[in-house]
Amino acid sequence: MGVEIKVDDLSKSFGKQLIWGDVSLTIPAGEICVMLGPSGTGKSVFLKTLIGLLKPDKGSILIEGTDIASCSEKELYEIRKLFGVLFQDGAMFGSMNLYDNVAFPLREHTKKSESEIRDIVMEKMDLVGLLGAEDKLPGEISGGMRKRAGLARALVLDPEIVLFDEPDSGLDPVRTSFLNQLIIDLNAQIDATFLIVTHDVNTARTVPDNIGLLYHRHLAMFGPREMLLSSEEPVVRQFLNAQRVGPIGMSEEKDADELEAEKGQELPPLPPIPLQQEPSNGIPRRSQREPGVWCRENGITPPPGSFQENMNMTIGS
Amino acid sequence: MASTATRVLAPVGTAGKLFAFGLDVGRALFRRPFQLREFLQQAWFIASVTIIPTALVAIPFGAVIALQVGGLIKQFGAQSFTGSASVLAVVQQAGPIATALLIAGAGGSAIAADLGARKIREELDAMMVLGIDPIQRLVVPRVLACMLVAFFLNGMVSVVGVSGGYVFNVMLQDGTPGSYLASFTALAQLPDLWVGLLKAIVFGFIAAIVACYKGMNAGGGPKGVGDAVNESVVITFLMLFVVNFVMSTIYLQVVPPKTG
Repeated sequence: MGVEIKVDDLSKSFGKQLIWGDVSLTIPAGEICVMLGPSGTGKSVFLKTLIGLLKPDKGSILIEGTDIASCSEKELYEIRKLFGVLFQDGAMFGSMNLYDNVAFPLREHTKKSESEIRDIVMEKMDLVGLLGAEDKLPGEISGGMRKRAGLARALVLDPEIVLFDEPDSGLDPVRTSFLNQLIIDLNAQIDATFLIVTHDVNTARTVPDNIGLLYHRHLAMFGPREMLLSSEEPVVRQFLNAQRVGPIGMSEEKDADELEAEKGQELPPLPPIPLQQEPSNGIPRRSQREPGVWCRENGITPPPGSFQENMNMTIGS
Repeated sequence: MASTATRVLAPVGTAGKLFAFGLDVGRALFRRPFQLREFLQQAWFIASVTIIPTALVAIPFGAVIALQVGGLIKQFGAQSFTGSASVLAVVQQAGPIATALLIAGAGGSAIAADLGARKIREELDAMMVLGIDPIQRLVVPRVLACMLVAFFLNGMVSVVGVSGGYVFNVMLQDGTPGSYLASFTALAQLPDLWVGLLKAIVFGFIAAIVACYKGMNAGGGPKGVGDAVNESVVITFLMLFVVNFVMSTIYLQVVPPKTG
C-alpha cells in the first residue's frame, strides 16, 4: 500500500562542498513525486541518501519508524527490501542474462521454487514488455531495454517504495512517454510510493502528484503539481517552463550584472497547466486528484487554457 | 598548513580503511549462506589464469637458486648440502613469493578490474539496494578462492622449483643426484614447509583483499578502473615483501634451525 518517507533537515556535503542543506519534505504514501533540479544539484545524491548508499551529514530519513540516516547496517539491509530502485543505466549485472538478473533478488531473498520464480519473473518481464528477451545479456540490448529490465528487477520483490534515477535520460521522446505511461500504470496497480529524479520538464509537468525542486543547495519548493506549475516563484517558474529569463544561469547562478540586464524584460506568461497523465485502463489511481482542485481550494486562478484535453504541450514558447 | 597535514596523513587514512575492510571481510567469512557457486567459479577462474604462468616462473626460479647457491656452496666446499639449501630457499621464500606475485598480478588484477567495472556501472549499488551485501556475496568467495589457489600453487611451485633445481644442479653443475636428494632433510625440516604454506595463504588473502578493496572503491569512470587495477597490483607487491620479511623474521626466531 506504499510507505511514507519523512525527510527532516537533511544536509549532505562532500568535503567542504555543500551539496544541499536543510532539506525537509514528506513523500506521501502511495503517491508519485518528482524531484527536479538543474544538472549537478545533487538529485542523484539525494536519491542515494534515501536508500542509505550515502550517509547524510545531519538530519533524518524516517521510513516505517526506522531512521535510515542513523540505523545499523543490519537494519539498513532489512529496510532496503522495501525498496525497488531503477538506476540510470539499469545497473544490470553484466555477467547474467536478463532472466537471471530479474530472478536474482528472488533467489537471494526468498525460498521460492524455480517454477514459482519463473512465474514471477515472466509476469514482470511481461509488465515491462520484455517477453522473449530473457536470454539476452545486458550488453546485447539497447539502453531503453536495459532500463525496462532494470525496472522489472526493481519490481520483483513487490516493493513499497520505487525510486527512479532519471528514467528518461538517453531515451527518445516516444519511449519516454511510454515509460511515463508505464510508471502511471504501475502506480495504479501496486499503489507503491514513487519518487522520480529527473530534469525532464515534460515528465515533471504531466506525471506526478507532487513536485520538488532542488536548486542552489537547498530545496526550493515541494508541493502538489498544480502548486508548482502555477507558482510565480522565479526559480520554479523558470525551471518548470524551461526559460532563459530567471535566476538560473548556464553555470549555477547568474551574476548580478546579468540579473540587472534582465530586469526590464517582461517574463513570458505562465503556460497552461496540462492534464495529468491517466492510467491506460481509465480507472483513476488511488492518489489521483481531480484537475484544478488544488487551485480552487487555494484560491489560485490557473493560467488560461489549463486542464483542457489535447492542449498544446509545447513549453517555453 | 592544514591541507599539507591532510595530504601527508591521507595514506594513513587509506591504510586504515583497507584494514577496516579486511576486518569486515573477516567477519563476513562466517556469515551464512556461503556462496559456494561463486567460490568455485572464482577458484577455477583464478587457477586457470595462474597455473601456467606460475609453472613457467617456477622453473627458472628454481634453476637460478640452484645455480647461485650451488656456486657459493662449492666455494665453501659443502656441495653435499646443495639440495638442502635450494629446498630451503624454494619452499620458504621463492615458492610463496612467486605464488603471491602471480596471484596478485594475474588473479588480483582481474578481480580489481571486475569489481571496478561493476562499481562504475552501479552494479554494486544495485546489489546493496536489493538488500545483498557485496562483501558477503562477491568479496568473501574471491578472498577464499585466492587463498585456496595460493595454497595449491605454492605446492606446485615448490615441486617444480625443486625439480628445476635438481635438473640444473645435476646436469650443469656436475652434482650427484644422490647427494642432492639425500641432503633434502639435512637442513630442511617440516616446519619449513608449514611456514611456506602459511605464507602463501596469507599472501593470497592480502592480494585478494587489496584487489577487492581497490576495485570496490574505483571511481571516476573507466580511467578509475584502470587506476584501481594498477594501484592494487603495486600495493599488493609492496605489502607482500614487507609481510614476507616480518613472517620470515618471526619464523627464524621462533623455530630453531635444524642442525646437521
